Amino acid sequence: MFKKFTKEDISSQTSIKSSAQRAIRASLLKQCPLLSQPSEEPDTPLLEYIWPKKENITLVKCRDHLSIYALHGEPLWFQHFDGPLFPTLRLVHKYPNLLPHVGIDRGAIKFLLSGASMMCPGLTSPGGFLPLAESLIPEGTVVAIMAEGKEHAAGVGIMKLDSEEVKKVNKGVAVESVTYLGDDLWGMKTI
Amino acid sequence: MDAPSTSSVLPLDILYCQVCTFPPEYCEFGSSVSKCKTWLEGAHPELYDKYWSEDALAKKIGTLSLEKEKKLEQEGKKKEAKAEAKASAAAKKLKESQVIIKRIERSKRKYVTSVFGLEAFHIDLKKAAKQLAQSLARGASVTLNPQGLEEIVIQGDVGDEVEEMLAKGVGVLKGVPEDNVVQVEEKK
Ligand SMILES: [Zn+2]
Repeated sequence: MFKKFTKEDISSQTSIKSSAQRAIRASLLKQCPLLSQPSEEPDTPLLEYIWPKKENITLVKCRDHLSIYALHGEPLWFQHFDGPLFPTLRLVHKYPNLLPHVGIDRGAIKFLLSGASMMCPGLTSPGGFLPLAESLIPEGTVVAIMAEGKEHAAGVGIMKLDSEEVKKVNKGVAVESVTYLGDDLWGMKTI
Repeated sequence: MDAPSTSSVLPLDILYCQVCTFPPEYCEFGSSVSKCKTWLEGAHPELYDKYWSEDALAKKIGTLSLEKEKKLEQEGKKKEAKAEAKASAAAKKLKESQVIIKRIERSKRKYVTSVFGLEAFHIDLKKAAKQLAQSLARGASVTLNPQGLEEIVIQGDVGDEVEEMLAKGVGVLKGVPEDNVVQVEEKK
Protein backbone atom coordinates (compact mmCIF):
# COMPACT_ATOMS: atom_id res chain seq x y z
CA MET A 1 0.00 0.00 0.00
CA PHE A 2 2.89 2.32 0.76
CA LYS A 3 5.59 1.02 -1.53
CA LYS A 4 5.40 4.26 -3.45
CA PHE A 5 3.86 6.99 -1.38
CA THR A 6 4.78 10.65 -1.14
CA LYS A 7 3.24 13.77 0.32
CA GLU A 8 1.86 14.40 -3.17
CA ASP A 9 -0.46 11.43 -2.71
CA ILE A 10 -2.18 13.28 0.12
CA SER A 11 -5.28 15.11 -1.05
CA SER A 12 -6.52 16.68 2.18
CA GLN A 13 -6.10 16.81 5.92
CA THR A 14 -9.20 17.49 7.97
CA SER A 15 -10.16 17.15 11.55
CA ILE A 16 -13.17 14.87 11.73
CA LYS A 17 -16.53 15.41 13.36
CA SER A 18 -17.01 14.01 16.82
CA SER A 19 -19.71 11.61 15.64
CA ALA A 20 -17.29 10.16 13.10
CA GLN A 21 -14.58 10.00 15.75
CA ARG A 22 -16.90 7.99 17.97
CA ALA A 23 -17.55 5.59 15.13
CA ILE A 24 -13.84 5.06 14.56
CA ARG A 25 -13.24 4.50 18.27
CA ALA A 26 -16.05 1.95 18.31
CA SER A 27 -14.62 0.01 15.35
CA LEU A 28 -11.15 0.07 16.86
CA LEU A 29 -12.45 -1.36 20.12
CA LYS A 30 -14.43 -4.00 18.29
CA GLN A 31 -11.49 -4.97 16.14
CA CYS A 32 -8.86 -4.94 18.84
CA PRO A 33 -9.73 -6.14 22.37
CA LEU A 34 -6.39 -4.98 23.77
CA LEU A 35 -7.52 -1.37 23.35
CA SER A 36 -10.18 -1.84 26.05
CA GLN A 37 -7.62 -2.98 28.60
CA PRO A 38 -6.23 -0.63 31.24
CA SER A 39 -3.17 1.41 30.34
CA GLU A 40 -0.40 2.76 32.53
CA GLU A 41 -2.60 5.73 33.33
CA PRO A 42 -5.13 4.87 36.08
CA ASP A 43 -8.75 4.48 34.91
CA THR A 44 -7.76 5.00 31.29
CA PRO A 45 -8.30 2.24 28.74
CA LEU A 46 -5.46 1.83 26.28
CA LEU A 47 -7.33 3.39 23.36
CA GLU A 48 -7.94 6.52 25.36
CA TYR A 49 -4.33 6.55 26.45
CA ILE A 50 -3.12 6.39 22.85
CA TRP A 51 -5.82 8.72 21.60
CA PRO A 52 -7.25 10.87 24.45
CA LYS A 53 -10.97 11.62 24.21
CA LYS A 54 -10.58 15.36 24.02
CA GLU A 55 -8.02 15.21 21.24
CA ASN A 56 -9.14 15.46 17.67
CA ILE A 57 -7.69 12.94 15.32
CA THR A 58 -6.87 14.14 11.82
CA LEU A 59 -8.13 12.33 8.78
CA VAL A 60 -5.50 12.40 6.08
CA LYS A 61 -7.16 11.52 2.81
CA CYS A 62 -4.89 10.05 0.19
CA ARG A 63 -5.11 8.70 -3.34
CA ASP A 64 -6.83 5.40 -4.05
CA HIS A 65 -9.29 5.72 -1.16
CA LEU A 66 -6.60 5.43 1.44
CA SER A 67 -7.19 7.18 4.76
CA ILE A 68 -4.61 7.75 7.46
CA TYR A 69 -5.64 8.73 10.97
CA ALA A 70 -3.02 10.84 12.68
CA LEU A 71 -2.70 12.45 16.07
CA HIS A 72 -0.49 15.54 16.27
CA GLY A 73 0.95 14.56 12.92
CA GLU A 74 1.85 11.03 13.97
CA PRO A 75 0.11 8.37 11.85
CA LEU A 76 -1.61 5.82 14.10
CA TRP A 77 -4.06 3.89 11.95
CA PHE A 78 -4.89 3.64 8.28
CA GLN A 79 -7.65 2.20 6.20
CA HIS A 80 -8.44 1.31 2.60
CA PHE A 81 -12.04 2.24 1.62
CA ASP A 82 -13.99 1.30 4.75
CA GLY A 83 -12.03 -1.89 5.35
CA PRO A 84 -10.33 -2.86 8.60
CA LEU A 85 -8.26 -0.30 10.49
CA PHE A 86 -4.56 -1.12 10.35
CA PRO A 87 -2.27 0.15 13.08
CA THR A 88 1.01 1.63 11.83
CA LEU A 89 4.11 -0.47 12.39
CA ARG A 90 5.49 1.99 14.95
CA LEU A 91 2.30 1.60 16.97
CA VAL A 92 2.64 -2.19 16.78
CA HIS A 93 6.24 -1.91 17.97
CA LYS A 94 5.01 -0.03 21.02
CA TYR A 95 2.11 -2.41 21.67
CA PRO A 96 3.03 -5.76 20.10
CA ASN A 97 -0.18 -7.42 21.30
CA LEU A 98 -2.45 -5.05 19.44
CA LEU A 99 -2.58 -7.76 16.80
CA PRO A 100 -2.29 -11.55 16.69
CA HIS A 101 1.13 -12.71 15.50
CA VAL A 102 2.29 -14.81 12.60
CA GLY A 103 5.98 -15.36 11.84
CA ILE A 104 8.01 -15.66 8.67
CA ASP A 105 11.34 -17.46 8.31
CA ARG A 106 14.60 -15.60 7.84
CA GLY A 107 14.62 -16.26 4.12
CA ALA A 108 11.31 -14.40 3.67
CA ILE A 109 12.33 -11.20 5.48
CA LYS A 110 13.97 -9.57 2.48
CA PHE A 111 10.92 -10.26 0.34
CA LEU A 112 8.61 -8.71 2.90
CA LEU A 113 10.84 -5.65 3.12
CA SER A 114 10.66 -5.20 -0.62
CA GLY A 115 6.87 -5.21 -0.54
CA ALA A 116 5.96 -8.78 -1.41
CA SER A 117 3.02 -10.73 -0.01
CA MET A 118 3.96 -13.57 2.28
CA MET A 119 3.59 -17.05 0.84
CA CYS A 120 2.41 -20.01 2.91
CA PRO A 121 5.77 -21.86 2.99
CA GLY A 122 7.46 -18.85 4.61
CA LEU A 123 5.11 -19.30 7.58
CA THR A 124 4.93 -23.09 7.71
CA SER A 125 8.68 -23.75 7.41
CA PRO A 126 10.63 -24.50 10.64
CA GLY A 127 11.64 -20.82 10.92
CA GLY A 128 8.07 -19.60 10.53
CA PHE A 129 5.29 -19.36 13.06
CA LEU A 130 1.54 -19.95 13.06
CA PRO A 131 -0.66 -20.34 16.15
CA LEU A 132 -2.07 -23.70 17.23
CA ALA A 133 -5.44 -24.77 15.87
CA GLU A 134 -7.26 -23.66 19.04
CA SER A 135 -6.07 -20.05 18.54
CA LEU A 136 -7.08 -20.01 14.89
CA ILE A 137 -6.65 -16.69 13.11
CA PRO A 138 -9.58 -16.25 10.68
CA GLU A 139 -9.20 -15.09 7.12
CA GLY A 140 -9.32 -11.30 6.86
CA THR A 141 -7.71 -10.73 10.28
CA VAL A 142 -5.14 -7.98 10.60
CA VAL A 143 -1.90 -9.51 11.91
CA ALA A 144 1.57 -8.47 12.99
CA ILE A 145 4.20 -10.12 10.81
CA MET A 146 7.02 -11.23 13.10
CA ALA A 147 10.29 -12.65 11.78
CA GLU A 148 12.58 -15.52 12.71
CA GLY A 149 15.18 -14.45 15.27
CA LYS A 150 13.74 -10.94 15.61
CA GLU A 151 12.00 -9.36 18.59
CA HIS A 152 9.96 -6.74 16.79
CA ALA A 153 7.43 -6.95 13.99
CA ALA A 154 8.67 -6.46 10.44
CA GLY A 155 5.28 -5.64 8.98
CA VAL A 156 1.50 -5.59 9.30
CA GLY A 157 -0.67 -7.64 7.02
CA ILE A 158 -4.03 -9.22 6.44
CA MET A 159 -4.71 -12.97 6.39
CA LYS A 160 -5.73 -14.24 2.96
CA LEU A 161 -6.55 -17.70 4.38
CA ASP A 162 -7.24 -18.75 7.94
CA SER A 163 -4.20 -19.98 9.83
CA GLU A 164 -5.19 -23.65 9.59
CA GLU A 165 -5.74 -23.40 5.85
CA VAL A 166 -2.27 -21.89 5.50
CA LYS A 167 -0.86 -25.05 7.07
CA LYS A 168 -3.05 -27.34 4.98
CA VAL A 169 -2.81 -25.67 1.55
CA ASN A 170 0.81 -24.57 2.03
CA LYS A 171 1.08 -22.73 -1.26
CA GLY A 172 0.15 -19.31 -2.58
CA VAL A 173 -0.35 -16.11 -0.62
CA ALA A 174 -0.95 -16.46 3.12
CA VAL A 175 -0.62 -12.85 4.25
CA GLU A 176 -0.89 -9.74 2.16
CA SER A 177 1.37 -7.10 3.63
CA VAL A 178 -0.08 -3.61 4.04
CA THR A 179 2.90 -1.89 5.62
CA TYR A 180 6.46 -2.97 6.39
CA LEU A 181 9.76 -1.69 7.68
CA GLY A 182 11.18 0.85 5.29
CA ASP A 183 8.11 1.48 3.15
CA ASP A 184 7.05 5.05 2.49
CA LEU A 185 4.64 5.15 5.44
CA TRP A 186 7.51 4.11 7.68
CA GLY A 187 9.53 6.89 6.11
CA MET A 188 6.85 9.42 7.02
CA LYS A 189 7.29 9.60 10.77
CA THR A 190 5.06 12.64 10.81
CA ILE A 191 2.54 13.55 8.18
CA MET B 1 -5.36 -13.86 20.52
CA ASP B 2 -4.43 -13.87 24.20
CA ALA B 3 -7.29 -14.13 26.63
CA PRO B 4 -8.27 -10.66 27.83
CA SER B 5 -6.57 -9.83 31.09
CA THR B 6 -7.04 -6.89 33.39
CA SER B 7 -3.39 -6.01 33.82
CA SER B 8 -2.22 -2.70 32.43
CA VAL B 9 -0.77 -2.62 28.94
CA LEU B 10 2.52 -0.77 28.99
CA PRO B 11 4.16 0.64 25.88
CA LEU B 12 7.52 -0.83 24.92
CA ASP B 13 10.31 1.64 24.67
CA ILE B 14 11.75 0.90 21.26
CA LEU B 15 15.19 1.94 20.17
CA TYR B 16 15.49 2.84 16.51
CA CYS B 17 18.69 3.04 14.54
CA GLN B 18 19.79 6.64 14.06
CA VAL B 19 21.14 5.78 10.64
CA CYS B 20 18.51 3.65 8.90
CA THR B 21 15.52 4.19 11.31
CA PHE B 22 14.91 0.42 11.69
CA PRO B 23 15.08 -1.38 15.02
CA PRO B 24 18.82 -2.26 15.13
CA GLU B 25 18.09 -5.97 14.75
CA TYR B 26 16.89 -5.16 11.21
CA CYS B 27 19.83 -2.94 10.17
CA GLU B 28 21.23 -5.92 8.28
CA PHE B 29 18.32 -5.59 5.83
CA GLY B 30 18.80 -1.87 5.23
CA SER B 31 21.07 -0.16 2.77
CA SER B 32 23.60 1.28 5.21
CA VAL B 33 24.80 -1.69 7.29
CA SER B 34 28.35 -0.47 7.84
CA LYS B 35 27.23 2.97 8.99
CA CYS B 36 24.54 1.41 11.19
CA LYS B 37 27.12 -0.85 12.81
CA THR B 38 29.49 2.03 13.52
CA TRP B 39 26.69 4.01 15.11
CA LEU B 40 25.43 1.11 17.23
CA GLU B 41 28.92 0.19 18.41
CA GLY B 42 29.46 3.73 19.67
CA ALA B 43 26.00 4.47 21.02
CA HIS B 44 24.93 1.08 22.40
CA PRO B 45 27.91 -1.28 22.71
CA GLU B 46 25.86 -3.91 24.58
CA LEU B 47 23.37 -4.07 21.71
CA TYR B 48 26.20 -4.17 19.23
CA ASP B 49 27.40 -7.34 20.92
CA LYS B 50 23.89 -8.69 21.01
CA TYR B 51 23.44 -8.35 17.25
CA TRP B 52 26.91 -8.46 15.74
CA SER B 53 29.14 -10.65 17.92
CA GLU B 54 30.32 -13.92 16.35
CA ASP B 55 27.90 -15.74 18.57
CA ALA B 56 24.98 -13.61 17.49
CA LEU B 57 25.90 -13.97 13.84
CA ALA B 58 26.01 -17.72 14.12
CA LYS B 59 22.71 -17.81 15.94
CA LYS B 60 20.74 -15.52 13.68
CA ILE B 61 21.22 -17.72 10.64
CA GLY B 62 18.46 -19.77 12.26
CA THR B 63 16.89 -22.15 9.81
CA LEU B 64 18.37 -20.47 6.77
CA SER B 65 20.93 -22.48 4.81
CA LEU B 66 24.51 -21.23 4.97
CA GLU B 67 24.50 -20.68 1.26
CA LYS B 68 21.43 -18.47 1.42
CA GLU B 69 22.85 -16.60 4.39
CA LYS B 70 25.97 -15.81 2.35
CA LYS B 71 23.80 -14.57 -0.47
CA LEU B 72 21.88 -12.38 1.96
CA GLU B 73 25.10 -10.85 3.17
CA GLN B 74 26.27 -10.16 -0.37
CA GLU B 75 22.98 -8.55 -1.22
CA GLY B 76 23.34 -6.32 1.82
CA LYS B 77 26.74 -5.16 0.58
CA LYS B 78 25.42 -4.56 -2.91
CA LYS B 79 22.50 -2.55 -1.56
CA GLU B 80 24.87 -0.45 0.46
CA ALA B 81 27.14 0.25 -2.50
CA LYS B 82 24.11 1.21 -4.58
CA ALA B 83 22.82 3.55 -1.87
CA GLU B 84 26.21 5.19 -1.59
CA ALA B 85 26.44 5.72 -5.33
CA LYS B 86 22.97 7.26 -5.28
CA ALA B 87 23.87 9.52 -2.37
CA SER B 88 27.03 10.75 -4.06
CA ALA B 89 25.13 11.42 -7.29
CA ALA B 90 22.59 13.43 -5.31
CA ALA B 91 25.40 15.33 -3.56
CA LYS B 92 26.99 16.09 -6.93
CA LYS B 93 23.70 17.34 -8.30
CA LEU B 94 23.22 19.53 -5.25
CA LYS B 95 26.70 20.94 -5.67
CA GLU B 96 25.80 21.98 -9.18
CA SER B 97 22.42 23.43 -8.24
CA GLN B 98 22.15 27.19 -8.16
CA VAL B 99 19.95 29.71 -6.48
CA ILE B 100 19.50 32.60 -8.84
CA ILE B 101 18.56 35.96 -7.38
CA LYS B 102 17.44 38.21 -10.18
CA ARG B 103 16.80 41.94 -10.14
CA ILE B 104 14.08 42.76 -12.59
CA GLU B 105 13.18 46.29 -13.63
CA ARG B 106 9.43 46.60 -13.86
CA SER B 107 9.27 50.29 -14.72
CA LYS B 108 11.60 53.19 -14.24
CA ARG B 109 13.46 52.59 -10.97
CA LYS B 110 10.84 50.11 -9.84
CA TYR B 111 12.23 46.70 -9.23
CA VAL B 112 11.16 43.26 -8.18
CA THR B 113 13.53 40.51 -7.08
CA SER B 114 13.00 36.91 -8.07
CA VAL B 115 14.58 33.98 -6.24
CA PHE B 116 14.80 30.75 -8.19
CA GLY B 117 16.10 27.30 -7.30
CA LEU B 118 15.57 27.09 -3.53
CA GLU B 119 13.65 23.82 -3.78
CA ALA B 120 16.79 21.98 -4.91
CA PHE B 121 18.07 22.62 -1.39
CA HIS B 122 14.87 21.26 0.15
CA ILE B 123 13.57 24.68 1.11
CA ASP B 124 9.79 24.99 1.13
CA LEU B 125 8.98 27.89 -1.21
CA LYS B 126 5.77 28.94 0.51
CA LYS B 127 7.44 29.08 3.90
CA ALA B 128 10.42 30.91 2.46
CA ALA B 129 8.16 33.50 0.77
CA LYS B 130 6.32 34.07 4.01
CA GLN B 131 9.53 34.51 5.94
CA LEU B 132 10.97 36.88 3.32
CA ALA B 133 7.79 38.96 3.32
CA GLN B 134 7.91 39.27 7.08
CA SER B 135 11.58 40.00 7.55
CA LEU B 136 11.84 42.39 4.60
CA ALA B 137 8.40 43.93 5.22
CA ARG B 138 7.59 43.62 1.53
CA GLY B 139 5.20 41.67 -0.60
CA ALA B 140 6.57 38.25 -1.52
CA SER B 141 4.85 35.34 -3.16
CA VAL B 142 5.42 32.10 -4.99
CA THR B 143 4.68 32.50 -8.69
CA LEU B 144 5.26 30.60 -11.88
CA ASN B 145 7.97 32.01 -14.11
CA PRO B 146 7.56 32.06 -17.91
CA GLN B 147 9.11 28.56 -18.06
CA GLY B 148 6.32 27.32 -15.81
CA LEU B 149 8.64 26.76 -12.83
CA GLU B 150 8.00 28.05 -9.35
CA GLU B 151 10.00 30.95 -7.95
CA ILE B 152 9.61 33.59 -5.28
CA VAL B 153 8.99 37.15 -6.36
CA ILE B 154 9.61 39.95 -3.87
CA GLN B 155 8.68 43.59 -4.35
CA GLY B 156 11.68 45.89 -4.50
CA ASP B 157 15.40 45.59 -5.04
CA VAL B 158 16.35 43.26 -2.19
CA GLY B 159 18.88 40.88 -3.78
CA ASP B 160 21.64 41.73 -1.31
CA GLU B 161 19.35 41.23 1.66
CA VAL B 162 18.21 37.86 0.34
CA GLU B 163 21.78 36.78 -0.33
CA GLU B 164 22.78 37.76 3.18
CA MET B 165 19.89 35.83 4.71
CA LEU B 166 20.90 32.76 2.70
CA ALA B 167 24.53 33.14 3.78
CA LYS B 168 23.49 33.34 7.43
CA GLY B 169 20.95 30.55 7.06
CA VAL B 170 18.15 32.56 8.62
CA GLY B 171 14.96 30.63 9.43
CA VAL B 172 13.99 28.25 6.63
CA LEU B 173 16.64 29.66 4.28
CA LYS B 174 19.15 27.05 5.39
CA GLY B 175 21.54 24.75 3.59
CA VAL B 176 22.54 26.75 0.52
CA PRO B 177 26.33 27.12 0.25
CA GLU B 178 27.45 30.64 -0.66
CA ASP B 179 29.08 29.43 -3.85
CA ASN B 180 25.74 28.21 -5.11
CA VAL B 181 24.09 31.63 -5.02
CA VAL B 182 24.32 34.07 -7.91
CA GLN B 183 22.82 37.49 -8.44
CA VAL B 184 21.88 38.54 -11.93
CA GLU B 185 20.05 41.42 -13.50
CA GLU B 186 17.30 41.42 -16.06
CA LYS B 187 17.23 44.56 -18.13
CA LYS B 188 14.18 45.75 -19.94
ZN1 LIG C 1 20.43 0.85 11.01
